[in-house]
Amino acid sequence: MKLIAAMSGGVDSAVAAARAKEAGHDVIGVHLALSKNPQKYRSGARGCCTVEDSHDARRAADVIGIPFYIWDMSDEFHSNVVENFLAEYARGNTPNPCLRCNEKIKFEAVLDRAQAMGFDGVVTGHYAQTRESKDGKLLYRAVDPAKDQSYVLAVLNRDQVQGAYFPLGDTVKDDVRLEADRRGLSVANKPDSHDICFVPSGNNASWLRERLGSTAGDIVDESGNKLGEHQGAYTYTVGQRKGLGITTPTASGEPRYVLRIEPVTNTVVVGEHNSLAVHDVTGERPIWCGPAPEIAHSYEGFLQVRAHGQPLHCTYSWDGTEVKAQLLDPLFGLAAGQAMVMYDGDRVVGSATVKSTS
Amino acid sequence: MQRVYLDHAATTPMVAEAISALVDQSAKLGNPSSLHTSGREVRKDVEEAREAIAKFAECAPSEIIFTGSGTEANNAAIKGLFWSARESNPKRKVIVTSPFEHHAVMDPIDWLAVHEGAEVVHVGVSSDGVVDLDDVKRIIEARADEIALISIMHSNNEIGTVQPISEIVQIASEKQIAVHSDAVQSFGKVEFSFKNLGLTAATLSAHKIGGPLGIGILILKRGLEITPVLHGGGQERDIRSGTLNAPAIVSFAAAVKKVHSEFLERNNRVRHLKESLKATLNEKVSDIRFNGRSENSLPGILNVTFPGAPGDALLLLLDAENISTSTGSACSAGVAQPSHVLLSLGLSERDAKSSLRFSLGHTSTDSDVAYLGSVIGKVVERARAAGLK
Ligand SMILES: Cc1ncc(COP(=O)(O)O)c(C=O)c1O
Repeated sequence: MKLIAAMSGGVDSAVAAARAKEAGHDVIGVHLALSKNPQKYRSGARGCCTVEDSHDARRAADVIGIPFYIWDMSDEFHSNVVENFLAEYARGNTPNPCLRCNEKIKFEAVLDRAQAMGFDGVVTGHYAQTRESKDGKLLYRAVDPAKDQSYVLAVLNRDQVQGAYFPLGDTVKDDVRLEADRRGLSVANKPDSHDICFVPSGNNASWLRERLGSTAGDIVDESGNKLGEHQGAYTYTVGQRKGLGITTPTASGEPRYVLRIEPVTNTVVVGEHNSLAVHDVTGERPIWCGPAPEIAHSYEGFLQVRAHGQPLHCTYSWDGTEVKAQLLDPLFGLAAGQAMVMYDGDRVVGSATVKSTS
Repeated sequence: MQRVYLDHAATTPMVAEAISALVDQSAKLGNPSSLHTSGREVRKDVEEAREAIAKFAECAPSEIIFTGSGTEANNAAIKGLFWSARESNPKRKVIVTSPFEHHAVMDPIDWLAVHEGAEVVHVGVSSDGVVDLDDVKRIIEARADEIALISIMHSNNEIGTVQPISEIVQIASEKQIAVHSDAVQSFGKVEFSFKNLGLTAATLSAHKIGGPLGIGILILKRGLEITPVLHGGGQERDIRSGTLNAPAIVSFAAAVKKVHSEFLERNNRVRHLKESLKATLNEKVSDIRFNGRSENSLPGILNVTFPGAPGDALLLLLDAENISTSTGSACSAGVAQPSHVLLSLGLSERDAKSSLRFSLGHTSTDSDVAYLGSVIGKVVERARAAGLK
């Protein structure tokens, strides 16, 4: 097959490209330039897409022996990922930009472009697996639970999954590093990137404050009593306990948590841990990674609401518009705008955007 | 499968004579600045090379200053002339230039603007890629006393248009204004005579004519002393210090002699190939445009806009078919930028990004053009499909 390998300059995408080449595919390495003004160097695990990263990707391609190019996706990334991230925060939601990037950049802009140019698909270093079935390729968790990235890939629709190649899904991270070393890839010991790549400081709150400004507002309890003030609601996340700056204790002496953010009134609502409990989740705009579930049929499976969160037993159903999941045991702290991902065992069924919880 | 190399303007294969000169000279011991016999012998080789190149460039041997690249020669000329002019008269800080210079001219000028208080004035250019002489006249008349130097390339590296340097020098010399011209692409391809043009300074580079990488020349008018960029041992009239790279210099001269011996034959053949490339493209691809006028142009450069087809997609697909081409320059991160040359001609950013430069040279053949013709239709179709995304 003719494949485009998206190479970030990190160890995973380098080994993924090498494996694809070794499997006999015709592979071309592509580094995506996502920033108009990239920084020159990485500082530790912070950020990505620096000039140094593109150099590392190029050197990996040299060692693997594949052609290498840089594709400018900075406009697409800015409008689809960065601006969306800001807009969602301004709306009081907590978006996950990596999901958005996979959906709109890696497996839409890049995959579409690759296919138009005569390639069969895109290889990435994500930890996830695909398996052939009578319904085509289906998406599964990686074997390494600590690295599994199926959650951030659950935004791929069925067609996109057909064009996605994840050569690392059957391997644990430590082995990938050893393999990189064996293959002579100099990125073998490069640290993983953790933070949001376009927030180079790693300080999301101050990055958001610089861009969205900060309007002070009230911190209130569940009955609406004012307990304190905040300097910008979007710097709070649901479930957060530290840094609320409230001096009056609760009646029970229990600590307080952020329960929700109300963007219209610019208030942060806090309460006890129990009030964070969620039993039912409603999501909208679902994306099915394989065949869509039958409408109004109830399925048993798992729900995951964070990239490396626990899979939670649930039943879920779809009415053609909304997805509803009922949890066997409650989860604590879930914000609108987060992605809910449904699993059938290890298979990723699909995802939806959390609309409400109860 | 052999590669079809259509990027001779980036660098062209070394000629056999230059390769053997480089190898042979590398075996000779001696620093050309040393006073003993070994040094003198190498110095003799360097001076013979200087004389050979001077003969072909039509300048005095003493006007040749060897540098480490064309880029370095441009920096030495532009910064040196600017600093010297400003020193003699603090009012002189205007640099007149074109909007389509190579980065090796544009960036030193921008640097002078940011760090040394230079004021940059761009002359107008026509949509077919030629400097507007009336505009040059107007600017010189209005600002004669403030102009430190004029730097306009002899021919453009992306679209191949030759500029009216002789006329510009004539206008400038009435006001005793220094003119520098980057002749890196012209030298060996079209007539270039330092003496006849009456230039103050010019830049040449070996690797565009079959010589080695990493050796350039600043031709600087006899007797003129400019402030150096590099300070050190005082070689090359104290303007470019550093031990002379004798093997590269001797190899450069070998390439020059070779071009000299077959100048008309080589360039007519290349120009002929370009016409056939143009005809092939017109036949195989619909709706394309050629950038830059074709009369009075370099023999080997053809710049084409393929509307709707992103240049980087074209380059990748052609590369996969074993054909090397160019989209212009890339930023430090390697991202292809819309060409400032094409933008200056009035192309939209979209069209500028949908353009490709083909450049032919002394090793190009009919079969190169034919092979390109056999794949270009499919490649443009795919790139156009990718462009719609
Ligand atoms: C017009 C022009 N000027 C300057 C240069 C730079 O010369 P060099 O590669 O020797 O630094 C080039 C080629 O890269 C060129 O085309």
